[in-house]
Amino acid sequence: MSSHFEAFKTRAEAVSAEVHRFAGKEEALAFVLAFLKEAGVSDAPQCGAVWSAGSFLDWAGTDKLRAEVPGLSFEVSREGSAAARVGLSQMDWAIAGTGTLVQDATAVETRLVSTLPLIHVAIIGGDRILEDMGSVLERLRPDQLNYISFISGPSRTADIERVLTIGVHGPGRLVVVVIDGFEQVAS
Amino acid sequence: MTTQFRESIETALHNPNLAGALGRFSEAYRTSRAKAYEGIDFEAVRDQIVDIKSSASSNFEALAEQFKASAEARGAKVFRTADPAQVKQYILALAKEKGVQRVVKSKSMASEEIHLNKAFEQAGIVVDETDLGEWIIQLAHQTPSHMVMPAIHMTKEEVTEVFNEEVEAGQTPDIPKLVKFARAKLRPKFLQADMGITGANIAVAETGSLVIVTNEGNARLVTTLPKIHVAIVGIEKLVSLVKDIQPILTALPRSATGQLLTSYVSIISGPVPNTDGTPKELHIILMDNHRSDMAKDPMFKEALQCIRCATCLNVCPVFRLVGGHVFGKTYTGGIGTILTAWFDELKKSEDIQGLCIQCGSCVPLCPGKIDIPRLILELRRRLVVEKGQSLAMKAIFGVVNNRRLFHSMLRMASVTQRPFKQGRFIRHLPLFLSDMTDFRSLPAVAEVPLRDTIRKIRQPEGGEKIAFFAGCLIDFCYPEMGESLVKILNKAGIEVLFPEGQTCCGAPARYNGAYEVAAQNARDNIKALLETDVSFVVSACPTCTVALKHDFIDTFRSVGETDAMEAAGKLAAKTIDFSTLVKKLVDEGRLTFKEGEDLGKITYHDSCHLKRTLKASEEPRELLKEAGHEITEMYECDTCCGMAGSYSLKLPELSAPILERKLKHIKDTGAARVVMDCPGCVMQIRGGLDKEGTPVRAEHTAERLAERFK
Repeated sequence: MSSHFEAFKTRAEAVSAEVHRFAGKEEALAFVLAFLKEAGVSDAPQCGAVWSAGSFLDWAGTDKLRAEVPGLSFEVSREGSAAARVGLSQMDWAIAGTGTLVQDATAVETRLVSTLPLIHVAIIGGDRILEDMGSVLERLRPDQLNYISFISGPSRTADIERVLTIGVHGPGRLVVVVIDGFEQVAS
Repeated sequence: MTTQFRESIETALHNPNLAGALGRFSEAYRTSRAKAYEGIDFEAVRDQIVDIKSSASSNFEALAEQFKASAEARGAKVFRTADPAQVKQYILALAKEKGVQRVVKSKSMASEEIHLNKAFEQAGIVVDETDLGEWIIQLAHQTPSHMVMPAIHMTKEEVTEVFNEEVEAGQTPDIPKLVKFARAKLRPKFLQADMGITGANIAVAETGSLVIVTNEGNARLVTTLPKIHVAIVGIEKLVSLVKDIQPILTALPRSATGQLLTSYVSIISGPVPNTDGTPKELHIILMDNHRSDMAKDPMFKEALQCIRCATCLNVCPVFRLVGGHVFGKTYTGGIGTILTAWFDELKKSEDIQGLCIQCGSCVPLCPGKIDIPRLILELRRRLVVEKGQSLAMKAIFGVVNNRRLFHSMLRMASVTQRPFKQGRFIRHLPLFLSDMTDFRSLPAVAEVPLRDTIRKIRQPEGGEKIAFFAGCLIDFCYPEMGESLVKILNKAGIEVLFPEGQTCCGAPARYNGAYEVAAQNARDNIKALLETDVSFVVSACPTCTVALKHDFIDTFRSVGETDAMEAAGKLAAKTIDFSTLVKKLVDEGRLTFKEGEDLGKITYHDSCHLKRTLKASEEPRELLKEAGHEITEMYECDTCCGMAGSYSLKLPELSAPILERKLKHIKDTGAARVVMDCPGCVMQIRGGLDKEGTPVRAEHTAERLAERFK
């Protein structure tokens, strides 16, 4: 697992993702809260954050978080996401070989929070990193799920003069929170 | 070649932005591609892709039906059609029924192929491309010049101008700002659209899944925000199984952009909820448009193994000079030439097929293992069958087909060329021939051909005999190369025979689509070369060697003369190129280098046919090093010199800049000599150096080694 983490981190950082690793859920949550504050999340216009459902969020408790972070919403809507600065979601698997996060994205909320806001914070258990795409497709199966998303780094383009530019249509930052002491159950 | 086509080449060549952008990209591409494949067995991956795609194209009908059944079981609507017009009708009828006013699209070559945007515009529906490159092209009223990077031909200044004129004034040529501007302007379009249109990179029959890759994330928005999703999928995207996805996605991003994976991959296997809770309408159109005709063609079926990575554009020495627009409206580059001939019509490829220089650079790098140059030759052949050869070509090949006439004309040329000769060169030709000597001097035809001089050489007798196939250039222009070869083999105690009946190897005819002429040349040569009892047939011209070893068989197969193939196979088995033979003799201890020689620094140019078809690149280098040379490698040592037989005569405007690049790389090494194994390359490079007055000597390996053995 930890060998997969190092490979994942190297490859994810190579495509401009920011990777943070925590021993437990508490430390991870503290990081996320500090991150939201630092990113300027508030109830002012265009400053909100949206967080889609997942077992980490269930553990953290939405009422508590709502009270702590003004502007943070768990009712993920099209308008709310389009106006949000940060979107948070839980990923199902990661791929070490390419630095990729993978998610059952059938629920529209999972895609809204990871496409429309400027920053996407992706949360994943440390034991969810697999070697390659084939291993993931044995677990997230296209014959069972209508939408599977693979995300490697933030949105990018090189369409003008081949100059790499981050953040075209999707998020300009991808912040990955890997939690070792988080035994993730399927979302 | 039409005047319009020649003019489009001229325009492209005079566009400095194009040359700059494509030149820089093609150089960076090779490095980033190689890095992306680190730790990956490319050969194994492409074998898997070939298996997957070739078995799919053998079963299009069954796979399409299976895909339809699987996708419909999940709730999608699948429409199958062979006809592009029906694709447009279906989408427009759906748009009308649902009251669609605004459409957003992510990149889809299939929709470009059928000119879908035009149909929307005519129906009064607003359609916006959302891939940044495609949006720029749409705003500029152009077509994509590259399958992966549609706007690679434009500078940031041009993009700024397009934005200022078509969207909002006040933009400045700052790339991050331009990208931010595009994001801001396209975001409301995503949110307001009633219909989203995508293509698909892979369609999986067993699950009815679409696999869509993007870097910008636009396909995710296009498939998430509008309530209707229409995917237009060419049936060549079909694969059988979910496990077929991984090999294709291992190669596609690595080969396309040097990425391990694109930022986003979406696998969509059924309708998903919309933001208002209603289920999305998912329509998948499986479009044939001649793909199944292609699958039935024993030669062109291979082209359906394409995964649209555009490697063949990125490594093409011609594409990097002219870009995509000279190729036509949709598919560009090598594979684009083939797709245009099929999806549009054969006639449409008449001019563009001539752009392929047959250097084979794309062949070892194609993830689908498509022999693009060979398929383009086949297009050439079919065009000649369909339309006939031009009168000039007919006249030339009429002569080449008659060895006695051909050879007596070459002998006559050594006399008639006298007014133009300066030493061993022809530096200027008058009138319409002047293009041929504009950028390089031509070799003068030798006073006495090799077939005469070789008789005067006293050779060892009674030992091993090897037949020498000289080829026209060595025989009539560079007999000294042939004499060097004889001298070296004699040192090994070998007697070199020169079968008199040998004639042109047929490559010029074949590369111009005149396969009947090539077949006659092949028959004459097989007869001449198999008459004598020899251990090998050696050639010091890689193009001739390839003709003897590979092309004769292929030519006979193409023209249906299967009974001639056995003899061609016998000759092929005996044929060997000069450096490989000499290396073998050295390794066997039959040739020994003089000792203690320090012959100085040289650089080596890999000839296309020797490196990529005959796979000999180390043999000449090792021989030259053992002889006492130090080799300083030039940049792009195995990139074509621009000669390519009659290509340099037909398209001197492209041959010249390719040669110019080669000469620069040679000079950059600081070596006093450039050595190569091909008399054609010597002709081009020596001629270019002479024209420039550059004091670097261009030599054949045989000449360089002639005096180096004990």
